[in-house]
This record gives sequence, C-alpha cells and structure tokens, in this order.
Amino acid sequence: MSLLSVENLKASYGGIQALKGISLEVAQGELVALIGSNGAGKSTTLKTLAGLLHPASGSIHYDGISMHDIPAHQRVRDGLSLVPEGRGVFARLSVEENLQMGAYIRNDTAQIAADLERMYALFPRLAERRAQLAGTLSGGEQQMVAMARALMSKPKLLMLDEPSMGLAPMMVAKIFETISDISAQGVSILLVEQNARLALEVARRGYVLESGLITLADSASNLLGSDEVRRAYLGA
Amino acid sequence: MNLKHKPLLAALAIALLLLPFATDAMLGRGWVRIADFALLYIMLALGLNIVVGYAGLLDLGYVAFFAVGAYNYALLSSPQFGLHWPFWVVLPLGALLACCFGVLLGAPTLKLRGDYLAIVTLGFGEIIRIFLNNLNAPVNITNGPQGISMIDPIRAGEFSMGGEHQLFGLAFPATHLHYYLFLLFTLLVIFVSRRLEGSRIGRAWMAIREDEVAAEAMGLNTRNIKLLAFAMGATFGGLSGGLFAGFQGFVSPESFSLMESIMILCMVVLGGMGNIGGVILGGVLLVLLPEALRNGAGPMQQALFGKTLVDPESLRMLMFGLALIAVMLLRPAGLWPSTQRRRELSPDEMISHQEQDTVYDNSK
Repeated sequence: MSLLSVENLKASYGGIQALKGISLEVAQGELVALIGSNGAGKSTTLKTLAGLLHPASGSIHYDGISMHDIPAHQRVRDGLSLVPEGRGVFARLSVEENLQMGAYIRNDTAQIAADLERMYALFPRLAERRAQLAGTLSGGEQQMVAMARALMSKPKLLMLDEPSMGLAPMMVAKIFETISDISAQGVSILLVEQNARLALEVARRGYVLESGLITLADSASNLLGSDEVRRAYLGA
Repeated sequence: MNLKHKPLLAALAIALLLLPFATDAMLGRGWVRIADFALLYIMLALGLNIVVGYAGLLDLGYVAFFAVGAYNYALLSSPQFGLHWPFWVVLPLGALLACCFGVLLGAPTLKLRGDYLAIVTLGFGEIIRIFLNNLNAPVNITNGPQGISMIDPIRAGEFSMGGEHQLFGLAFPATHLHYYLFLLFTLLVIFVSRRLEGSRIGRAWMAIREDEVAAEAMGLNTRNIKLLAFAMGATFGGLSGGLFAGFQGFVSPESFSLMESIMILCMVVLGGMGNIGGVILGGVLLVLLPEALRNGAGPMQQALFGKTLVDPESLRMLMFGLALIAVMLLRPAGLWPSTQRRRELSPDEMISHQEQDTVYDNSK
C-alpha cells in the first residue's frame, strides 16, 4: 500500500483553479519527482498536501488515513513534513535554534540532541555555523538549514519544494547528493523541481504537471528518455 | 547569572532601593511620582514587547488592556457601585480579565498581518475607550467622561498605601510606598519575560515572527501560539492598569487614548524590540525625557537668552519628537537592541567574511 495517495485533487486561489484534479502516489521509501514549468501547480500541490491550503475537492490519504480534516500542524506530527519554497528559514534565529524549531513537535530531549548531531554530520557546513543567524547564510546553506530542520521532525514523507531554486551549480549538486542520502536512509520523498533532469536523475518515478493537470506519469528513466519531456523540459 | 555580575547587580539593587530618597534630596519631590509612572510604563512596554517584539504582531491598541485592568479595579473598589473588594482579589482579576480581552480581541485578527493587523488593533483600542466614555447611559457603569474617582488605595489589612507611614524611623509617603510595590511587580514581569524568552513558547513566537508559513510547516499551532502572545501581553497590561488605578485614585477614558498606545510602542521600538533590557531603557527614557525637557527648557532659555522665548510646555513635545527621530536615524535597531537585531542590521566582520567564503569557496 502506498504511503501517500492523492486522488482527483482540486485546489484554487480565489477564482483561479490551480489544480484541476490530480492523482499521484508515493510508496514507502520511494523518491518521487514532480516536475513542471512555472505556474503548473507544483507548489500548490505541496501546500495542499501539507495542509497550508484547503483543497476544493478530491482526497488525500496518508498512511491509510484521510487528511481532509487534519490541520497542518497535526500533519507534521504524523510525519508529513514540508520544506517550503524559498526555504523559509527563521532568519533571526541561529542555525541551531532553527533546527530545534524543527523538533518542536517532539519532546524526547535526549533523542533530539542526538538527531541534532546527526544533522551536523549530514551537513558539516551547518556544524561550523551553528551559532550564526540563519538569515546571514548563503542560499545553499539556508537550503541545508531548511532540509535539516524538516528532518528534525522525523518525517516519514519529506516534501521538498524546489530545493535547487536560486543556488549556485556546485551547491545544487551538493543538495541533490544529500537528497539521495536521505532517501537511502529510508525516508520517502516527494520532490518538486523545475530542474527536471536533476530531479529525474535521483528519483525512481516522476510525474509531469502542466497547468494543473498531470500529463505524464512514468518511471524516471522512461521520462528522461521520452521525447515530450526532452523537448519541453530538458531543452534537447 | 554568573559571578562577575554579582557586585554590579547588588549595586543596582541598592541604587533602586535608595532612588526615591535620592531624587527627593537632589531633584525635588515630584520625581518619585515620575519614577512610579516609569515603572508602570515599563510593565506595559514589556507586555507589548511580547506581542510586537517576540511574536512580531504589530498591535496599536495595546492601551485597551491597560484600560481594562484600570477600570476593573475602579469599578470593584470604589464608591461607584459601593464595592470595596481587596486589591489582592481585584488585581489578579484585572489581569485575568485583560487576558480574556487579549484573546477576544486577538481572535478576529489571526489571519491579518503587518499594517492590516495594526489598523484593526487600533480600531479595537479605540472601541474600548469609546465604550468607557459612553457607558454612563442608559445605565451608568463607567461614569462616562467624568471618570471614576475616590478609588480605594492599595491596602493590605490595616496598612493602606494611600497615606504616609513611619517605618524604621523613616517617613514613607504614598509615592514612595507605591514605588517599592511597583518595583516588585516590575521585577516579576521582567522575570516572567525572561523565562518566556528562552522557553519553547518564546522560540515559537519568534518563529512565527520570522516566517509564519514555515512555522506552521514545523507543526506549530500558529493560531494558539499567537493567541497566547496576545493573552500574555494583555495580562501584563491589565496588571499595570490595576496598579495605576490604585495609585492614581482616579480613572477616566482620557488616560487611554491612542497616543498612549503609540507611546508604549515607541518605548519598545526605540529601546530595542525583543530585548528586555532595551525595552526597559526605552520605558525609562520616554517617561523621563518629556519631564526633563519640561523642567529644563525654561531655565535653559533663561540662561541662554535671558528670557523665556518659547513656552516650555509646547517646546517639550517638539524636542521629544526630534529626539525620537534622531534615535531612529542613528540607531535603527533601537538604543539597546537584541543581539540578533544588532547582528542583522550590522553584520560583524566575522560573519561577512564567512559569507564571502560561502560564495566563493567550493571546496566543501
């Protein structure tokens, strides 16, 4: 049974329909990519899944339970964690305080301290800057903070919204390396990206979203090889 | 509290204890009363600091909670209804009532941010004042614009703070007694503020201030945490209001105008938003400065020009405004900002170097 299953999900901002009925699945331990151009509805999808936006219709089942009436803060407790677009680090809190906020829903103090060290092992860059204000970090480092912060909530499903946005190429490579590492540790990941090639290279399966509808769904390697995807998103 | 600070703290404590006698001897009788008001304002500013400084919710109607606390005391402890409840019942009740009002007024504003929130809270503040102004008909509750007078002084058993007492061979007039009482409550408010600042709740408030969506994505129940900020801030306001009513012996809607809300906000912003020390400094300065200008402007003109050119009373607010502008231009983060604000607005050497490293160093 899949960890997350979305059926015919519709969402709108005021009168504008951003999602026109999408269905997707993420299995336990899977890394799934959701690609598409600007304004296709990728971020809307993640916001709706995280409970920050209420869907107009359709269903979201996570871990076999309908998420319809579950508020955003409760979903985090259930293991559904979002790294928001544009990272959303707490600029005037230190790196360490940011990570502690990630563990806000937990109260196993000893385990939190251990996880904090685990994060510093995963992102050595952050260990050097733990006392620094998150707002003074570079974009890539802020992305690391955002990811580490989300991992501090011990998610079962991690949703990443455009982790490559605005980062230098070297940083993008590093971030994607880490995404693979996290996935290898057994965390299921739903990855939203404009950088289709990178996303499909690390993912097992992929969905292509266009103007609020899913137009293609296949294994990542098939999508990478498909003419439509190549033409539209890979520039080849 | 480390050992190095102990002598300093002891000196500060002694200075604060001797302050009323020192001002009496050096500056004249009126200054203890000003110190009393400074303490009341510090409590208010620390309360507003929770809402504005920690949670980042711009509240322009904060004085409403001060009014709730004051009127609660006035109604339950004066000839208005013939009730004379003891202050140790009325004061906590006022704080509790203000807390409820904090939640009540906070609830409809939860979805608003920034300027919109400011305007709505401004409206709420005015509504409370106008209610107090008009609740004298058809049933007279607040006595309208005349206000409520002959409020009972703060009293414990036979010991009334309304009059002079002889203690340890020294004469303590009412203003002195209130000074010590207010000092005690101010210390309590400082203590609670400090504990809140470092707590999980304090960090949650700051997370909401920084990025509400991200905070929600961390599993924070942003609605409850924002309401808690309003409630805590209002509680301090209500407490201060009760003390004000007992001290003054008279309340009227005039004392709770929009200008008061703005003054309290100025104390928070000018002193250093989010930093307890800064907020206290802001409170002290904004109470003292107008008084110092009032008392100093006349003689200074006499000395400089040989006569009084401008009425000191009108000069006072002009100078005060100029002082505010100067501080905000020279120290945009406030006189004594929190370490965070300071680092954010003027990144020190080490951090800017690190930033350079980050951009150009790809070895890691």
